[in-house]
Amino acid sequence: MKQGRISSIQSMGAVDGPGIRCVVFLQGCPLRCAYCHNPETWPIEGGEEMDLADLLTKIERLRPYLQQGGGVTVSGGEPLLQWEFVAELFSNLQDRGIHTALDTSGVGSLQGASEVLQHTNLVICDLKFCNEQDFRKQCHGDLRQVYDFLALTAERGVPLWIRQVIVPGLNDTKESILSLKEQARQYPNLEQIELLPFRTLCATKYEALGIPFLLQGTRDCSEETIHRLEAWLTE
Amino acid sequence: MKTQWTGFQIGNWQTSIDVRDFIQTNYQPYEGDESFLCGPTARTTRLMQKLNHLLDLERQFGGVLDIDTMTVSSLTNYAPGYLDQEDELIVGLQTSRPLRRGVNPFGGLKMTNDACKAYGYTLSDKIKDEFQYRTSHNEGVFRAYTDEIKRARHCGIITGLPDAYGRGRIIGDYRRVALYGIDFLIQQKQADKVRLGENVMLQDNIRLLEEVYQQISFLGKLKEMAALYGYDISEPASNAREAIQWLYFAYLGAIKEQNGAAMSLGRVSSFLDIYLERDIKSGLLTEEAAQELMDDFVMKLRMARHLRTPEYNELFAGDPLWITECLGGTGEDGRTLVTKNTYRMMHTLYNLGSSAEPNLTVLWSQTLPASFQRYAAKVSCDTDALQYENDDLMRPLYGDDYAIACCVSAMRVGKEMQFFGARANLAKLLLMSLNGGRDERYDIQLGPEHAPYEGDILDYDKVIELLDFYRPWLAKTYVNAMNIIHYMHDKYAYEKTQMALHDTKVHRFMAFGIAGMSVLADSLSAIKHARVRVVRNETGLITDFVTEGEYPAFGNDDDRVDNIAKEQVELFYKALCEHPTYRDAEHTLSILTITSNVVYGKKTGATPDGRPAGAPFAPGANPMHNREKNGALASLNSVAKLSYDVCRDGISNTFTIVPEALGHQEEDRYRNLIAILNGYFGQMAHHLNVNVLHRETLLDAVEHPENYPNLTVRVSGYAVNFTKLSPAHQKEIIARTFHQAM
Repeated sequence: MKQGRISSIQSMGAVDGPGIRCVVFLQGCPLRCAYCHNPETWPIEGGEEMDLADLLTKIERLRPYLQQGGGVTVSGGEPLLQWEFVAELFSNLQDRGIHTALDTSGVGSLQGASEVLQHTNLVICDLKFCNEQDFRKQCHGDLRQVYDFLALTAERGVPLWIRQVIVPGLNDTKESILSLKEQARQYPNLEQIELLPFRTLCATKYEALGIPFLLQGTRDCSEETIHRLEAWLTE
Repeated sequence: MKTQWTGFQIGNWQTSIDVRDFIQTNYQPYEGDESFLCGPTARTTRLMQKLNHLLDLERQFGGVLDIDTMTVSSLTNYAPGYLDQEDELIVGLQTSRPLRRGVNPFGGLKMTNDACKAYGYTLSDKIKDEFQYRTSHNEGVFRAYTDEIKRARHCGIITGLPDAYGRGRIIGDYRRVALYGIDFLIQQKQADKVRLGENVMLQDNIRLLEEVYQQISFLGKLKEMAALYGYDISEPASNAREAIQWLYFAYLGAIKEQNGAAMSLGRVSSFLDIYLERDIKSGLLTEEAAQELMDDFVMKLRMARHLRTPEYNELFAGDPLWITECLGGTGEDGRTLVTKNTYRMMHTLYNLGSSAEPNLTVLWSQTLPASFQRYAAKVSCDTDALQYENDDLMRPLYGDDYAIACCVSAMRVGKEMQFFGARANLAKLLLMSLNGGRDERYDIQLGPEHAPYEGDILDYDKVIELLDFYRPWLAKTYVNAMNIIHYMHDKYAYEKTQMALHDTKVHRFMAFGIAGMSVLADSLSAIKHARVRVVRNETGLITDFVTEGEYPAFGNDDDRVDNIAKEQVELFYKALCEHPTYRDAEHTLSILTITSNVVYGKKTGATPDGRPAGAPFAPGANPMHNREKNGALASLNSVAKLSYDVCRDGISNTFTIVPEALGHQEEDRYRNLIAILNGYFGQMAHHLNVNVLHRETLLDAVEHPENYPNLTVRVSGYAVNFTKLSPAHQKEIIARTFHQAM
């Protein structure tokens, strides 16, 4: 019996993939993004152990809503950290005719990712920065891993959405967006690019967890900024 | 064949009263989208400006613009009134001036007196004298009430009973007046009366004979009332404008005669579409003119008012009339009952601005045309003015010509009616069971004596035993109160106009209700799964609880507690059915609070779920606010488990979500809302109020009501204008769960 460490289950997500989605937040993440809005998912030892069968039962209860163009999105944390569990979950879901989406930052075992992608209908990859230094500084990650992952999704022909959270002062420039666009269009499986506004709402979570919030004083990203940057994407 | 029926398909409807047959043989299903709709005409805009000005004045006057204290409200007691006689296409007001309220002391003189006083008026001596020699419904009821019922009422274990105001929740088949004209309806009633004359003359038959006599008399008055406005409604309506006018006169007669809590309209849009289509086809009307008629009609409905006391407003906040109109649904033959006029009715929310009335209710079916599902979702996202009820669940029980009275009460139009009965407070039932039948707030003996709960930690099985002991007492007391109320209402405040627009032989429901369902379920779950210690006051009464540990709460799709909720509802319904009802009415039950969840909470001590004394309950069948930890769908799934079989009077659920959580783009939001509705109703759930809005909007509206004259919010089975609510009600709505994006 496969078990996974789960942070929480949101029975209704409507913004993480197409249609109505059950979003499973897995526990554990190798990155430490300064603007992460789920810091409670960072330590792998947190969350709750759950049997795959129990999780499937919960999801099955939502089938009436999910079957109309929606499905299940696995997010986190970094779901690829528990790639065996995710691969098994997705395989089961696909057998049951439920659409699967992987919401990932693309870091972790490439071999694990390869297993998961076999059963994945959609990859939503959060491409946080398009230059090595920023990614290392703000997220503590290695950008080459992400590019390798993206190349793999292209090779496998899994539909791809690329996302970026726009943080004022970090990546809200024309230059940054143009490099995102440049990078994204290398992937023939790309279906869309989404820009998400950074919200300071998460600051309270950091406070509750006793983790210093490095972006203290950064303001919310406005809708106008998003629209302005989106214009560069489509130009 | 009557000349007014030229162009209609023939059918049984021509020889006997059968509106459904007329609809089925003549209506034109519409599967297209909303692109045919027209905006407001200059006339509509002019009239609406005038009405908005009056509505604004009404607000400034503290909610009541004017009261006619000299005249008892009835069909022919007022001179004709107009919003603007020159401009109006559809005429008729309740009193001689727009938004002026009439007085209706038939329910009870004291209520009328108090209501006048509350707004700075004095009921005229003329009326006081007149009613000195008349028994009102309220007086009749209190002559027969037992001390036990009075105590139950006083403590609030049974509350909101229609014993001092009109019971309402009766839907006249107002369409009959348009289709047949008054003379034919009178002829049919006279024939019924002759037939009743053949029966053995015992109580039931004699009462019915007198009722039919009164019905005939009031059909006559309806004709007189129309004549005051210069219309002869003896014959059927001959065109669309007349059809709307005749139908509206019938409704107007009903609300002049009765101040029932809920005065619902029924299911008129697709009926009227037949007339509108006929006129459009023959070149009498354009689409713009058809919309203009509907806009004018809806403006009239938005002016309907009753005079209420502040105490009444605490129960049913926002000055509602529940002018519920049912839209859509599917016919028994599988054709959609959506017509172009279904769209026109919904489009009034754009042409006239959003509004709580009429209470637009979409009868949702999985097979509704896709373009209509999308339009409904769009209207919900834009206005928050719609509620949804499951047609696929109700159609097999009520056929395809039923309507909703009030919020969630289904009945065949003109063939079934109900005796409305407010609700029993199940959270209080739990507390009195622990206290040996004593009320936890007043410390008086309510029910039979029994040893109070012994020991400090609540044991689930022992608590259930006590509930089983007191539930039958509550059910019996409740049924007895209802029987007295409806006996007296029939005797002293019989709905002559509305019942004249029913078949003489009607099926009756007795509609009981419960409040505090999720409080009871969570409390029992806490007792079973956590550790609940009782706290006694100096006299030994249990008045508080200390709850340690976690327990599964209703609203998380968790069977451990959802099954408790289900079981308690079923047990209460069964207990009610043990007791015979007045006029052999069929027992039904609702889980609906309207806005009385605030008052019920106020009257209830602390509960084992951790809810403090006096805190509001969740509305209707909703989970308690912010105890839903797994998101919106898990919450919906919990409510969907409650069985409509034992809650045939409806299970109300109110769902609030912020726009961003429903999708990034508008079209995504529509699609996702449709998926939610199909998913929820596909599990045979009954009702859903949908709000798509931000908490910040409501907070801002509290500060700056002047900026939000039309802010409409669905509460529990109806919609309210948010700025008309009391601070306590506003606070409760703001505290509700708003489903957010992650």
